[in-house]
Amino acid sequence: MEQAHVTSSPSPLGGSRWGAADFKKGQPRWCPGCGDHFFLASLHKAMAEIGVAPSQTAVISGIGCSSRLPHYMATYGMNTIHGRAAAIATGCKVANPNLTVWQVSGDGDGLAIGGNHFIHANRRNINLNMILLNNRIYGLTKGQYSPTSPRGFVSKSSPYGTVEDPFRPAELCFGARGHFFARAVATDAPGTVEILKAAYNHKGSSVCEILQNCVIFNNGTHDAVYSKEGRAKNAIYLRHGEKMLFGENNEYGIVQEGFNIKPVKLGEDGYTEADVLVHDAKCEDNTLQLKLAEMEWPVALGVIRDVEAPTYDDCVWSQIEEVKAAKKYHNFAELLETNDIWEVK
Amino acid sequence: MEIKEKESVVVRFSGDSGDGMQLAGNIFSTVSATVGNSISTFPDYPADIRAPQGSLTGVSGFQVHIGAEQVYTPGDLCDVLVAMNAAALKTQYRYAKPDAAIIIDTDSFGPKDLEKAQFQTEDYLGEMGIDPDRVIACPLTSMVKDCLADSGMDAKSVSKCRNMFALGLVCWLFDRDLNVAFNFLREKFAKKPEIAEANIKVIQAGYDYGHNTHSSVANVYRVETKNKVPGRYMDITGNKATAYGFIAAAEKAGLKLYLGSYPITPATDVLHELSKHKSLGVITVQCEDEIAGCASAVGASFAGALAVTSTSGPGICLKSEAMNLAVIMELPLVVLDVQRGGPATGLPTKSEQTDLLQALFGRNGESPMPVVAAASPTDCFEMAFAASKMALEHMTPVILMTDAYVANGSAAFKLPNLSEYPAINPPYVPEELKGSWTPYMRNAEGVRYWAVPGREGFEHILGGLEKDDKTGAISTNPENHDLMTRKRQAKIAAIPVPDLEVLGDKDDAELLIVGFGGTYGHLHAAMDELRAQGKKVALAHFRYINPLPANTADVLRRYPKVVVAEQNMGQLAGWLRMKVDGFVPQQYNEVKGQPFKVAELVAAFGPLLTSPKGEGQKS
Ligand SMILES: Cc1ncc(C[n+]2csc(CCOP(=O)(O)OP(=O)(O)O)c2C)c(N)n1
Ligand code: SF4
Ligand SMILES: [Mg+2]
Repeated sequence: MEQAHVTSSPSPLGGSRWGAADFKKGQPRWCPGCGDHFFLASLHKAMAEIGVAPSQTAVISGIGCSSRLPHYMATYGMNTIHGRAAAIATGCKVANPNLTVWQVSGDGDGLAIGGNHFIHANRRNINLNMILLNNRIYGLTKGQYSPTSPRGFVSKSSPYGTVEDPFRPAELCFGARGHFFARAVATDAPGTVEILKAAYNHKGSSVCEILQNCVIFNNGTHDAVYSKEGRAKNAIYLRHGEKMLFGENNEYGIVQEGFNIKPVKLGEDGYTEADVLVHDAKCEDNTLQLKLAEMEWPVALGVIRDVEAPTYDDCVWSQIEEVKAAKKYHNFAELLETNDIWEVK
Repeated sequence: MEIKEKESVVVRFSGDSGDGMQLAGNIFSTVSATVGNSISTFPDYPADIRAPQGSLTGVSGFQVHIGAEQVYTPGDLCDVLVAMNAAALKTQYRYAKPDAAIIIDTDSFGPKDLEKAQFQTEDYLGEMGIDPDRVIACPLTSMVKDCLADSGMDAKSVSKCRNMFALGLVCWLFDRDLNVAFNFLREKFAKKPEIAEANIKVIQAGYDYGHNTHSSVANVYRVETKNKVPGRYMDITGNKATAYGFIAAAEKAGLKLYLGSYPITPATDVLHELSKHKSLGVITVQCEDEIAGCASAVGASFAGALAVTSTSGPGICLKSEAMNLAVIMELPLVVLDVQRGGPATGLPTKSEQTDLLQALFGRNGESPMPVVAAASPTDCFEMAFAASKMALEHMTPVILMTDAYVANGSAAFKLPNLSEYPAINPPYVPEELKGSWTPYMRNAEGVRYWAVPGREGFEHILGGLEKDDKTGAISTNPENHDLMTRKRQAKIAAIPVPDLEVLGDKDDAELLIVGFGGTYGHLHAAMDELRAQGKKVALAHFRYINPLPANTADVLRRYPKVVVAEQNMGQLAGWLRMKVDGFVPQQYNEVKGQPFKVAELVAAFGPLLTSPKGEGQKS
């Protein structure tokens, strides 16, 4: 097969030969103000900084407003069918492990119709960068509640409020034994670029939950953290090895209390900085990471969990190499000879 | 003792699911094939594999047909029935010819066994109307115990060798060379030589028993071999042949083979088989469901592999949306449908041809997909290769249809030489189109070029939304959609397929029999029998169903009478009527989950024909 593998991974000199513009294509059609615009710009920037060539990159989405994203990428990619992005990305990555594969889904695409593929991709630990654009609504179909909409949520398909509890994406990821979970707000470019790069650097399935506002059907759903000021008050940026401090002047911290964690104001109730926990994203046990991911105030941002484990695609290929070395047949003609053969003369 | 010379003989081994009837049958067919007999086998599994021992629902059968000349089917009824217990005799006797020899293990006909098999009295032969002279009644279990008394084996392992005693007895009946069976066992149990030797000892004991007591049996059969095709052969099931076809095609195309699948009877053995061959670089992913099986194969295809997804009817339902994605993205994909009885979960272990219209039409939108069907276990190899070549060269998903009958049946397979198979050349986008290429540019055959990720300068986005013919961007333009629909249709219609072959009295047949897929053997045998009666009959059997062979209308209109015979309610007949103006065939339809019976076909087709002397009924 003629195939030119011209460029590949990041340049050895450290810098990238690519700029954000090299990953950009077309004019996005999202509503003005939609969170997807912000995320797309951060993705272009992150890819440029990562430095993998567009020709070695595949961006694979399902269906939804958010899943339109590949059309604005100058890479390889597919905007496929509703819910199947993770399964399609799985086949793509396993068949061609040299590709860097990004999988993009909305909360409906990834967690409702595609929930089964989401958990299994995490369980298998396939080296995919999985983006979940969570606007807690079905945008494309004009405003029905989604599996991340809160109980009681009023939408076109729940005029009296929903009577079901939502998924919490981190919980689902951890329940499926996911090894990487990070969160960013779509409007927070540095925060988003940071987790996208961390997701790329993590070997295995990496889930990035992006808190994205749908200005049309669920405006304000992430208001508490959507602006810089809001994040200063209501979010905590978690960094591995650093103290869990937050607030406009780092006046708050996360401390342990029994089996639980809680936010406290330093200097009050006898809490000092010494009591504040240090974030350990690399801890195999996900108990504390889950508690962090599920805090309602402050909202945890950044890389919450990042644990190394064997990846499915690596294992598939190393098993092939092992069996190749162990077995004596390596082509079809030799395969035939492994059978009971008789000769008719 | 009388020695019966026969053209062909059918042996049916039956017993509990755990009695190893398939192994006994396989060894017998191999031993027979080695002397050049033609063979065809068919396993008949119970749907309920957890049925209690000795119960009627737990009986499994394995039928072997051996012939001096080509045999096309595993045979309607058997000449020799091995019944390892009372339940087997009760349920399997209906597959025996009136004069069949019947081998039973009298140790398994105790009061408890008879009760489980729902016999009313102890005179089980009388109850079933079986002439005791035709029965070889031997205390098989006790003899096996005696034979292995010094082996130090536990009772359970000893009892596992019962099948070999029956095999030895059958080998004696057919005057078979036991050395072939011995070699087979020594190879199969290479890692456990003591097991191999125990089995061998029991086969010999069974053989000797037959020899020593032959006076009580009516006859010994002999099937000679005519028309040998020299060459090297192996025994192969349809599912294994299908897997081999994919491996061969991937090698020929120089591509990795990727299988995304989810277990389902009767297709699972393809997943099993391909999973073994990692040393050939085959990638198999057992997915979370059939949706992911097909979707992941679409992803693998995009990434540049020969992508396959395997399933049965219920799985096809789940795969249809991702198949459609491959239709609109124009990516190569082979979808294997090993048909079973439906609807819904239906008859999981039984065979039907009821998915044809689902394969042709079971997707939303205008969604043309090539459909091909394998005619026999060995034809599964040819059609898997052909389906892969078609998918890769025409950038389309292709449905390969087999069924439980051909998938589980086996036949002697002449080892193929890949160098004699045609090259497979996918339409990779030529390097010189860099800069001007768009994703839906087509070659002279109307086929979209393939730009596999990794190539610089050919980055592109495909997807499930309609695209502009020229730019490849999303388009809802009405004219463009109409154009793209026609282009996809024309691309499939233009795929070259071999002409429909007419067998039998092709110049002057009064009746043309028409079928597709796995019924080939039975239809061929029915034609042969009618011709032997002096009737003028021909057979046209479809392996290429979409697109149809170019001479289809020609053939169908050439004969005064046509009967379309299929294991559904008339799906092929309907498809042909849609495609051939004015074509109104007779129909023979059966959905019993069992292979056709040649005798029933002959009985049904006979009345459609005038008698050879020309004085029969007019139609
Ligand atoms: C099989 C199938 N079912 C339903 C739809 C309709 N549909 C398209 S997108 C969507 C939900 C989108 O929600 P989400 O994934 O959250 O994406 P968003 O638009 O919010 O970004 C639905 C129900 C479809 N295209 N295909
Ligand atoms: S409907 Fe909502 S999610 Fe969709 S593009 Fe508009 S703002 Fe974005
Ligand atoms: Mg959404």
